[in-house]
Amino acid sequence: MTTAVPGLIRPSSIRPRVIGVGGAVRSVGAFLLVLVVLAAVWELAKAIGGVPWRDFLGSPIDPPWNPPLRIKQLNDQNLPHVWDVATAFFQPATRNSPHSLGAILIDAAVFTGRSAFAGFVIGGIFGTALAVIFVHSRLLERALVPYVIASQTVPIVALAPMVVLWIGRDWTSVALVSAYLTFFPVTIAGIRGLASPDPRALDLMRTYAADPWRVLWKVRFPAAMPYFFTAFKIAATASVVGAIVGEEPTGIRGGLGRAILQFNEQYITGPEKLWATVLASAALGIVFFGAVRVVELVVFRNRQAVIEA
Amino acid sequence: MSERASIVDVQQVEKRFEGAGATTVALQGINLTIGSREFVSLIGPSGCGKSTLLRLVADLTAPSAGQITINGKTAPRARMDRDYGMVFQAPVLFDWRTIDENVQLPLEVMGVPRAARRKRSVEMLSLVELSEFSRHHPWQLSGGMQQRAAIARALAFEPKLLLMDEPFGALDEMTRERMNDELLRIWERTGTTVVFVTHSIPEAVFLSSSVVVMSARPGRITHTIEIDLPRPRTDATRETEQYFSLITQVREALRAGQGPIAPEAAL
Repeated sequence: MTTAVPGLIRPSSIRPRVIGVGGAVRSVGAFLLVLVVLAAVWELAKAIGGVPWRDFLGSPIDPPWNPPLRIKQLNDQNLPHVWDVATAFFQPATRNSPHSLGAILIDAAVFTGRSAFAGFVIGGIFGTALAVIFVHSRLLERALVPYVIASQTVPIVALAPMVVLWIGRDWTSVALVSAYLTFFPVTIAGIRGLASPDPRALDLMRTYAADPWRVLWKVRFPAAMPYFFTAFKIAATASVVGAIVGEEPTGIRGGLGRAILQFNEQYITGPEKLWATVLASAALGIVFFGAVRVVELVVFRNRQAVIEA
Repeated sequence: MSERASIVDVQQVEKRFEGAGATTVALQGINLTIGSREFVSLIGPSGCGKSTLLRLVADLTAPSAGQITINGKTAPRARMDRDYGMVFQAPVLFDWRTIDENVQLPLEVMGVPRAARRKRSVEMLSLVELSEFSRHHPWQLSGGMQQRAAIARALAFEPKLLLMDEPFGALDEMTRERMNDELLRIWERTGTTVVFVTHSIPEAVFLSSSVVVMSARPGRITHTIEIDLPRPRTDATRETEQYFSLITQVREALRAGQGPIAPEAAL
């Protein structure tokens, strides 16, 4: 059978790659391998140029290893040891806290994740709706897309306090800030994707006297799915960033944003806590991205690459 | 062209395309009447407007002047009533749908119930001999098979009129001849009227009850050649004297319509 056939609605180059269970295991393995390599490079740099902790605090004790170079950026304050960051998860968050830092960060990640998810859903729906409107109206597209772009150049830290004043000091404000960052990639990719069907496919629907609604559901949305999922993956990580940034200037307690502020203040005495919080935030972003990827695999299970006889 | 009721009636149609500063006359003074159960081919050099004429009949574009009547209705009315099925040069199958689901698409749009859709799809796929491939996706099929699926889809809602725009233009010669045999078999079994755009003279002669020869700049009809080859037409038909002489006749008509070779046409 021939495989290169003209007239398919989508070129195979943008059909998403589909990986099986073996592929997933390899992906996770590669991720862990890189993590180990990064940790090794980190510790190697410290072994060469890191200033031991007690040394720069002014009360020198006998360190287990004296690096040959003294590089400020690599000292224990700016770049704590990997094991210090790792063990920080299991130690009390503050001196008298009954909870470990890890437990607190998991709670914070769940709290922030809830806002981020709400923001992702709101932003995703709003972004998709805008794309649908723009694809059906050139006039509205020309008139409004510049504003959509301008919206993303406004610093979110400036907007977040205003949102809190309008909506209130709770997680819905955070979700809205998150949605603000989320809708943009969905709209931009959605416009492209919804306009991507072959003109002949639209002609074909015209010969069926299909109304625009049917064309949207039967042709435009299915054709746009690879574009939408690319946008959803960007939006998934943006929603986490949006939620964290949204929590910070609003003083909302319980989330990663607040944890970052708090451990920032305690950085002098416990830098590993901030580093641990950064890792927790990154992990939340990866979880969001991974969730979208899983949904993508399910949606595209019937669009696998060419199966040769 | 036929004493039977006309399915397609084109009267004094003109089509102009307004470009930047210049207006191109794509079609001028087109008159064409196609009777029920006829198989009419439109043939001519590129740029003669044969595809544009088909798109006018399909109401995919509107004429600048003149009248088009299909089944006694205006072209837009006929389109809204789904009086015709259309097949393009590319199969235009949706790769997120199986072949079966692709064939069902027009029926879905028309709101046909699921059971009736399935039944109809089974019939159509059996007609184009793709029954075993109903669960396959388009990219798993060869070009010829894909085009057969597109024909099944166009016939799924039993239109009286089938409009085909160079449907086999992308296929190799062997596949094309086989598809021509198939198409005649389907045409005879379904009793559809076919308007068929092609740039292949042998294809036009083999298939048609009449061949409409067009010329370019501006696009117009120069000859209409009745093809009275006996039916059913088979491989043997392709070796008869009459077949060759009709091919010659169409070729000469094409040359006569072309006039002196324009510089760009000589390339």
